Amino acid sequence: MQNFDDSPLRIGAYEFHSRLIVGTGKYPSMEAMQAAHAASGAEMVTVAIRRVNLGEKGGSLLDYIDRSKMTILPNTAGCFNAREAVATAQLARELLETDLIKLEVIGDTQTLHPDTRETLLAAEQLVADGFTVLPYIGDDPVACAQLEALGCAAVMPLAAPIGSGLGICNPYTIRIIKERAGVPVIVDAGVGTASDAAVAMELGVDALLMNTGIAAAQNPVAMAEAMALATRAGRLAFLSGRMEKRLYANASSPMQGLIGAPSA
Amino acid sequence: MKVEINGEKRELPAAEATLAEVLAALEIEARGVAIACNDRVVRRSEYARHRIAEGDRIEIVRAVAGG
Repeated sequence: MQNFDDSPLRIGAYEFHSRLIVGTGKYPSMEAMQAAHAASGAEMVTVAIRRVNLGEKGGSLLDYIDRSKMTILPNTAGCFNAREAVATAQLARELLETDLIKLEVIGDTQTLHPDTRETLLAAEQLVADGFTVLPYIGDDPVACAQLEALGCAAVMPLAAPIGSGLGICNPYTIRIIKERAGVPVIVDAGVGTASDAAVAMELGVDALLMNTGIAAAQNPVAMAEAMALATRAGRLAFLSGRMEKRLYANASSPMQGLIGAPSA
Repeated sequence: MKVEINGEKRELPAAEATLAEVLAALEIEARGVAIACNDRVVRRSEYARHRIAEGDRIEIVRAVAGG
């Protein structure tokens, strides 16, 4: 396959050649997670921050992530207001020695939709504190523009609820967000299978972040490779500029010189 | 000395006067955690010097699987 020369994905001061960002949650085992990460070709991986269980022994998740190949993107998952999210981000920075943060402030436990106001409040504080902020947000062009104006390094609209695997529910708003954004647009949440990844990338978004779509597949390693291929296929199709859609057929073979036709 | 660690009330013996001593008593490796004391992050390099005071609220966190 000819290696198409695509420009790298730039998020703040960071540069990536893979446009697929993966998670560490819900894998059947740490070994399956490691194999899936390798098959995905991803260069950035999300982790969550939680209290240590006092008195409990056990290995660290970080023992299963090769930091020479993968940049760690800690998240603020589980936070319900700006104060908690900022505190979690500051602990994540100390723990992982990174200024990257996936800002996630949940507003509703059933849909896991973000709390836009608290996300904006937290984003402002984190940017001022020197973080490279990647906020999870609704597929709302206004909220995305506001987050960009606050100095976020990317915006990460959901395509469907977290963990739902429903695919790209509203491709039009994702397209509008991408057309207006001056920072990378990363579809975060909703991708359930390879075609969803391709559809999202064909809309022109810069990258995809997915966890359950890979981890909850019957074979996470094979799905990781499928997602990597689909992400790249969608990207190439977007860059290629697809043909125009038309209502009626348009023959691909010439209509002249058909046998049995009267001679001219 | 009464403190709160990860939401649990604890009575610390006199030998646990610094964050480094608390971690050692809990058998927690400093490398794998981050700590906030009364909502302020304490740098890892400060654990041996950071003295704990009566009523302190200490949060000790680690990285776990997530998306």
